Amino acid sequence: MFGKSEKAAELAADVTDFNAIRGRSLFRDAMDRFLRNKAAMASVVVLLLIIAFVLFGPLFAQYSNEEIDWARMGDIKGMGAPSLETGHYFGLDELGRDLFARTIQATRTSLLVGLIGAGMALIVGTAWGVIAGYYGGRLDSVMMRFVDIMLAIPLTLILILILVIAGRNFVTLFVALGAVSWLTMSRIVRGQTLTLKTREFIEAARAGGVSETGIIFRHILPNLIGVVIVYASLLVPEMILAESFISFLGLGISEPMTSLGRLIAEGAGTMNYGTLWQLLFPLFFYVTIIITMFFIGDGLRDALDPKDR
Amino acid sequence: MKPIAKLAIAALLSGTALSGVQAATHPETGEELAADQTFTYRLLDDISSFDPQVVEDVDGSSVSRDLFEGLMNQDEDGNLVPGVATGYEVSDDKLTYTFTLRDTAVWSNGDPVVAGDFVYGWRRAADPATASPYQWFIELMSIENASAVIAGDMAPEDLGVSAPDDHTLVVKLTTPLPYFPQMTTHSTTFPAPQKVIEEFGAEWTRPENIVSNGAYVLTEYMPGERIVRERNTSYWDNENTIIDRTVGLIINDENVALTRYLAGELDRTDVPAGQYPRLKEEHPDEAISFPRLCNYYYTFNLSDSGPEAFKNPMVREALSLAVDRKVIVENVMAGGQPEAYSFTPEAVAGFTPPSSAMAEMTQAERDARAKELLAEAGYSSDNPLSFEMVYNTSEAHEKVAVVLSQMWKQKLGVQATLANMEWKVFLEERGNQNFDMARGAWCGDYNEASTFLDLITTPSGYNDGKFSNAEYDQLIADAKTAEDTTPLYTRAEEIIAEETPVIPIYHYAGVYMMDSDVGNWPVDNVEQNWYSKNLYKLAE
Amino acid sequence: MLAYVVRRLLVAIPTILLLVIASFFLMHTAPGGPFTSERPLPPAVLANIQAQYGLDQPLWKQLWDYLYNIVVHFDFGPSFVQKDRSVNDIIARGFPISLTYGTLSFLAASLVGVALGIAAAIRHNTWLDYFAVSLGIAAQALPNFIMGPILILTFTLWLGLLPGGGWNGGQWEYLIMPVIALSTSYMGNIARITRSSMLEILNSNFIRTARAKGLPTRSIIWRHAMKPTLLPVVSYLGPVFVYVLTGSVFVDLYFSTGGLGQSYVSSALTRDYAVLLGVTILYGALTVVVNLLTDLAYAWFDPKIRY
Repeated sequence: MFGKSEKAAELAADVTDFNAIRGRSLFRDAMDRFLRNKAAMASVVVLLLIIAFVLFGPLFAQYSNEEIDWARMGDIKGMGAPSLETGHYFGLDELGRDLFARTIQATRTSLLVGLIGAGMALIVGTAWGVIAGYYGGRLDSVMMRFVDIMLAIPLTLILILILVIAGRNFVTLFVALGAVSWLTMSRIVRGQTLTLKTREFIEAARAGGVSETGIIFRHILPNLIGVVIVYASLLVPEMILAESFISFLGLGISEPMTSLGRLIAEGAGTMNYGTLWQLLFPLFFYVTIIITMFFIGDGLRDALDPKDR
Repeated sequence: MKPIAKLAIAALLSGTALSGVQAATHPETGEELAADQTFTYRLLDDISSFDPQVVEDVDGSSVSRDLFEGLMNQDEDGNLVPGVATGYEVSDDKLTYTFTLRDTAVWSNGDPVVAGDFVYGWRRAADPATASPYQWFIELMSIENASAVIAGDMAPEDLGVSAPDDHTLVVKLTTPLPYFPQMTTHSTTFPAPQKVIEEFGAEWTRPENIVSNGAYVLTEYMPGERIVRERNTSYWDNENTIIDRTVGLIINDENVALTRYLAGELDRTDVPAGQYPRLKEEHPDEAISFPRLCNYYYTFNLSDSGPEAFKNPMVREALSLAVDRKVIVENVMAGGQPEAYSFTPEAVAGFTPPSSAMAEMTQAERDARAKELLAEAGYSSDNPLSFEMVYNTSEAHEKVAVVLSQMWKQKLGVQATLANMEWKVFLEERGNQNFDMARGAWCGDYNEASTFLDLITTPSGYNDGKFSNAEYDQLIADAKTAEDTTPLYTRAEEIIAEETPVIPIYHYAGVYMMDSDVGNWPVDNVEQNWYSKNLYKLAE
Repeated sequence: MLAYVVRRLLVAIPTILLLVIASFFLMHTAPGGPFTSERPLPPAVLANIQAQYGLDQPLWKQLWDYLYNIVVHFDFGPSFVQKDRSVNDIIARGFPISLTYGTLSFLAASLVGVALGIAAAIRHNTWLDYFAVSLGIAAQALPNFIMGPILILTFTLWLGLLPGGGWNGGQWEYLIMPVIALSTSYMGNIARITRSSMLEILNSNFIRTARAKGLPTRSIIWRHAMKPTLLPVVSYLGPVFVYVLTGSVFVDLYFSTGGLGQSYVSSALTRDYAVLLGVTILYGALTVVVNLLTDLAYAWFDPKIRY
């Protein structure tokens, strides 16, 4: 008994010392590691390029995202293919609208949807999971049964009700996305917290007199970050696709505004009708976003991993 | 060794002989028929019921018409032909119909089909306990006491239908109804097997329980997958039935259905909006299009909750004029749909749309006139007209809405915001006048103009725009009893053209991919009431 | 442990009851009802139909009758839309189908996903890692609504190898496309989570210690790294398992399998109250059970976790 707590106290001293010394440079340290990660940096550059495309692309577009090219709309397959001559760099969509302008607008929407949706899941899900997992007992039971219920309530109903109560706008779209995305995240975080809190260094910290919140913020959260970031990066594409279902119910964005999920769904339906560009351009941006998310997530994980010093 | 070889040869011979027998020719046209008489088609979704009195969807009614047979049938052109009844007589006051039933008609379990089966079926349809969504059809048929039975004030036995003997059915009406015999082709009026229904209750329509009197019996039902019906050998006209088996495959996605059609899994499927021209070019014998009995329009909200701007007929007319229907019909739907300048489709029997000023103009003239009207009404680029248009979520509706809004924006500077809604929310919002402008469409219940013109009378339950015009209401009321309805309907359409309570966009077309070996598809039946027993498969 | 399981199962009853009550009221708050249709029914007809289905009763009475019939008769009521079928029927027919293709997809996704993830982590920054990573991204980049049409075009139209849809009692040729379409995106996600989790574990002190002790790599990975690696994977698999077991609406839509996934979405859209509630209860029960199993799995993966 004594021996153990002595050892724990030693360890705790070690841990607290360690933080005291390295604390200030922790962030810069992670930053350095991230900057050295070639794949992650390349992805950041690509993501910045996409953002630049979204911001400055409209300057090069010769049409707006809603304008119909009446002269060409009758024969999209024949006259709507991507072409520099006509000014439709990405071709026309099914109604004769400029796919270049539409892809830019869609990418902007989907990036926002993906990042904000995943961000909300990250914050709410992590908080929920850590609290439930760390404090455990009855609180854990109540919080997790709530998650069970939320997982099982038909999503379609919730979305319809949000539409009816709050109306259609950008904010309700995020509320809707947020409402559903954090559940799995909270379960993952809770699972990790359960195992983390049994580790020696937590016991040590506790024995060393670190407060509960201190333990959560300084020991639990940093150790969760790897899993959390990886899962959040998986959520980005999931959110982008979920948006198209939410829009189907009348919530979210409405024509003439569009999103990558919707452009891809439209393009997928007509992929055999000789207008493959309608699928490929939006798909290209979607895939590029997924790839950058992958490597940035990986890079962040490596950089922030507290063990990896 | 030898006997076996002999046997094999015999089998081979009999095999070829058999197929030789089956490769028959069509009795009337003399075309060579295929050995496998299976017709496979795409169903969008599971049907609502196999119970003829309960079924409420179009696809379900087609199944019901194969499984059951009513008093009268329709032929390929939609004309009335005898079904279980060989004919009928009308009393002089046109209030009593007497049908004579053929004595060769039997149920699939061998029982004869008697007049009592019809009486049972009709009472059942009206009985509140059956909870049929088509109870109102019995009311629409003006059968004596129908309303009281439905309201629960009278017993179903008081319905004005009786069977003096097994082969005579007498129906008493409250008002003369010229199209009453046409209504006996509707599945609600089909006979019902009392014994079976009472024995199995709610489970009587299962393939193992169901007894039917049509040309086919239900042999397999795999929800979400397929519905199979096979030749009923006890059907009275079985000898003249050619198709042995009809298979409905449930495929929700129209693009997938088209792929499976092209892979040879289907004989008939629907053409996705906009794909008809390409398919027609690639498969000229298979892509077909023909007019249907449906319209497609946008309605203004003219009630108090509607926008002030739409109270001005000039604004409504301007918006209608600026719609280039040709673009929508040729470039968006592209399935041979007729442009609509009248509310009632031209395909309706005995109806010719009156020539309106709008229909005569060129689109350039219409656009110019629209600009004038809108300016006159006080809207300009400084004071633009803006409103929201709602439609239910669907790719085709969305396309039309987008194109409309762009036409108005580019020609008139009008700001139309698009709002798609999930189906039930859409119905609720539209029904409660929570909209500025809403999509509407209607398919005729029967082949007569009143099925459409009734919709926008003041008391109509479907008049979501709350258009109200006393003269119009009077015209439609008069038409119910008039000898010659043409002048009344013409005037009614003229009022619609003057007042523009709705913007007719186009009239539906049936646009199918139909395998060229399918014979006798009723393209001229605008209601598309098809019977498998009238089809056949040609040898390829 | 046993006491814990019993306690959790006891808690499951009020949990599911709460779920039913919440879904019931949400459902009735949503605009429109099962009998709201394009052509509005005349009031008398609507009244008859509502009386037949008990919808004219006060909500609490409807809820009570519903629960009573479930508990006493195990009867989940009739479908309001598919008039010939009861909810018991619909679940009895659809669930085994979803269960079959769902379980196969789940197995395919988790086995291949975990194997890919582990291989990638062990051979970090080698061609195997890159291969696994690109496979994972490709799987993610082709969501099932792209996979569906691509598979049918390829295998049915162009190659003519497989039937384009249907179930036919679950014969293998009808199973291939649904399983591929459903499993790929999960496979990608699972590979991703496994890989990063394994990388983290391989970097941790106790593995370093084991390495320093000179234990062979193979035994380090199998005996020490495996369990903690799988912990977050198991957390992720829980909800996926439930989702996949009840089928996927995309699979049912594209491949006409007749599974329960479509009922779940379409009953909400058509306001088929009884079907919606019935499927929700099934879904809820599965969620509760699977999450309990997940929690038990935690204790197995990390014996220090106590409940």
